[in-house]
Amino acid sequence: MTLIKTKYNRRSFLKVSSAAGGGLVIGFNWLVSCQPSTEEMANVPKEWFDINAFIKINNTGTVTIMSPNPEIGQNVKTAMPMIVAEELGVDWKNVVVEQAPLNTEKFTRQLAGGSQSIRQGWESLRMAGATARRMLLEAAAQEWKVPVGELTTEGGKISHAKSKKSISYGEIATRAANIEVPEEIELKDPKDFTIIGKATKNVDGPKIVSGQPLFGLDFKREGMLIAMIVHPPAFGMKIKDFDAAKVKSMPGIRDVFKVQTAPAEKEWSDTNAFPELIAVVGETTWQVMKAKKALTVNWEQETPVENSQDHNLALEQALAKGAEEPDRKDGNPEEAFRDAAKVIEKTYSAPFLPHNTMEPMNFFAHVTAEKAELIGPIQTPENLRKSAADLLGLPEDKVTVDMTRMGGGFGRRLYGNFGLEAAAISKKLNAPIKLIYTREDDMTQGTYRPAYKMTYRAALDKNNELVGFHVKGAGINEGPVFPDRFPAGTVDHYLAENITVESNVSTGAWRAPRSNFVAGAEQSFLDEVAEAAGKDPIEFRLALFEKVINNPVGDPAGKENDYDPERYAGVLKLVKEKSGWGQELPGVHRGVSAYYCHNSYVAQVVDVVMESGKPKVQKVWCAVDCGIVVNPEGAHNQIEGGIVDGIGHAMYGALTFTNGAPDQRNFDKYHLIRNNEAPIEVESFFVENGVDPTGLGEPALPPIVGALANALYKATGNRLYNQPFVQKDIVMG
Amino acid sequence: MASYTINVNGQQRQVDADPDTPLLWVLRDHLDLVGTKFGCGIAQCGACTVHLNGTAVRSCSLPVSNIGESQITTIEGLSEKGDHPVQTAWLEHDVAQCGYCQAGQIMSAASLLSQNPTPSDKDIEGAMNGNICRCGTYLRIRAAIKTASEKLS
Repeated sequence: MTLIKTKYNRRSFLKVSSAAGGGLVIGFNWLVSCQPSTEEMANVPKEWFDINAFIKINNTGTVTIMSPNPEIGQNVKTAMPMIVAEELGVDWKNVVVEQAPLNTEKFTRQLAGGSQSIRQGWESLRMAGATARRMLLEAAAQEWKVPVGELTTEGGKISHAKSKKSISYGEIATRAANIEVPEEIELKDPKDFTIIGKATKNVDGPKIVSGQPLFGLDFKREGMLIAMIVHPPAFGMKIKDFDAAKVKSMPGIRDVFKVQTAPAEKEWSDTNAFPELIAVVGETTWQVMKAKKALTVNWEQETPVENSQDHNLALEQALAKGAEEPDRKDGNPEEAFRDAAKVIEKTYSAPFLPHNTMEPMNFFAHVTAEKAELIGPIQTPENLRKSAADLLGLPEDKVTVDMTRMGGGFGRRLYGNFGLEAAAISKKLNAPIKLIYTREDDMTQGTYRPAYKMTYRAALDKNNELVGFHVKGAGINEGPVFPDRFPAGTVDHYLAENITVESNVSTGAWRAPRSNFVAGAEQSFLDEVAEAAGKDPIEFRLALFEKVINNPVGDPAGKENDYDPERYAGVLKLVKEKSGWGQELPGVHRGVSAYYCHNSYVAQVVDVVMESGKPKVQKVWCAVDCGIVVNPEGAHNQIEGGIVDGIGHAMYGALTFTNGAPDQRNFDKYHLIRNNEAPIEVESFFVENGVDPTGLGEPALPPIVGALANALYKATGNRLYNQPFVQKDIVMG
Repeated sequence: MASYTINVNGQQRQVDADPDTPLLWVLRDHLDLVGTKFGCGIAQCGACTVHLNGTAVRSCSLPVSNIGESQITTIEGLSEKGDHPVQTAWLEHDVAQCGYCQAGQIMSAASLLSQNPTPSDKDIEGAMNGNICRCGTYLRIRAAIKTASEKLS
């Protein structure tokens, strides 16, 4: 067992009392207004006891575990409570999961981003469960006047073998309230885990398949109005004037007005190209949609409007010019390239991408002179609360933010402009409103994955050893290069340059930021370098890892290198073994890649076959090292999804611009991957090393782009340098 | 504004709405049936799929004035207790990630299986291509349809 400081003090806990747990116990009024089924209401017990911020135990033994972080489909609402339940020692079947509200006094890091929820929540979730268990044990020990060390727990029951006594958590819960919070507690040995590591279904599954209200768009409040926004049609434009009168008289329309939505002090999450908007508010969604369409607006240019050709040219020029200062330089790269036997140089590019969460942006707001209530899908509730308080001129403690389940995030909902817009509109009307974006609003509003361009150069000596490596990348509003990631540290002469190109098109994090481009480019390039060196692509990479394990480049002794080469090589060896790499299968064209991001390691092999002259992804083999796998069911699902999503965007995804306006506005012009384009099979494997868990929402996506490009090269003979891969000449089967 | 009586999930429901109001918004705004989702508004993503006389249609592009006597079934009415073979197969395969598109996916799958209880892989792809899932749960969707097909036959 691990002994660990709880970092708790008595003040960390809710006041525990035997009072009925506040109204309908659920605690969050919005859940009531989301109309839970009568059956669910009937099961609510009479008495609940708060053990700490994560756990409520009732007198019949049902345990409610709060899931602190926003749920965007990464399945933390199942996985995080599993961790608490494990240490608490209850049966999963008796656990009810609730989404916690934003409460920075009780919870840390209530944010969905960077695949960090499980990694950063691991310790505090375990402690919450273990602390509650310990308090229950001590209460039972006092009751029976026996040493606490003689007690055991199983399935929510405490037993004393000697006296054959046993008591349920529910029965002892009130007395546990008087127990002092332990300063030190024991955590389970991972080998004794019974819930962690067991495939567990999504806790919201039954509600999802029966269409229960769960999402922001489903939220309703009595007297609520529907609001939509009209934003400038192009980046660089702003509102000049508009004709509100005609639209105001349309059926059901309550008001049409200009609204300012920028807080005075901007957080990173307040990225927004269009802080000044026109709001159209009315009784029903369709009435507001029609009024929005009928509204005549004159726009004026504020900053230059850009075209895709401009972006492309600016990125090309940035690469030609290079960075003012290298981000990393090892050895003497100039000399290495000058003296090389072979130099391979290739340039890769990728376009802007919208997030396209299936649930368009939306938010509920009810702002009065005294307070603001905000409810909806947001990955950064704490930031939203701060910025909303600023925008509304309210103290932060008068603003509440509650999180609904999100119909996808992928980074888009890190940027809460839609929450601020809802707040500003509600304030103006002094009424509860729900803001809804149309798909066109959603796709043209911005905060895109930046467009990137990257040039790689490799120097091989006469023995075909990699002696020099140069990576130079440029991106819109953000350069893509990770200077200390692989292959940094494996090459004696190394140079990394990162360049940012400014644009008025707003950009932001998109599932696996930067990595979603870098992995595809880097892993395609290494494939080409291995081929030029006459080496097998896996053996070529393994030799580099071997070198960095034994003799890392970088000062001091490889500490600069931002990866663990043993774990990196581990996934590559695992995928090699599982896929039977090296055997020639007739008609099957294979590509491989390995990549590290968000603290997890992933290697993939892609099998492409030709069907009626078109390439088709038959199978993807995926090896993952994310430490302890909390929920294998959810983990496999995330891997499959990341692979499908990665293939889709690499093949088809592109947002282009004409005079500052996005050319794609809805799914008729924007191609998201569809059922028939997904691989036939994905098989995933985990490295079992008992290391503390790391995230999986993002890491499976980036490497698939490289593995796919490498397999398509084998299938077609063409190297692919520019995303999307499906331009005019390639069609997928 | 006009008054319509439409049959939704076996019940006659009266709604006052403009004739061009899409069924999607009648369901969501007027009848509080929010299981049917808004995704694109142009019948491209399938999130709004419901059954019209048992066949999958996109409710975002079906005006309320065109419904007449037709029987509408939404995700809420697919089964009384959420235990239609397609729904239980979806749970068995733990299909959902974010879950937003799944009501539409399930309605498309249920329509397919009611017309073709033992679909081939190509039949499944053909019937499901109109439903987008950004989370990428397509492999589980296909597997769940196979399981539901076994349950039905």
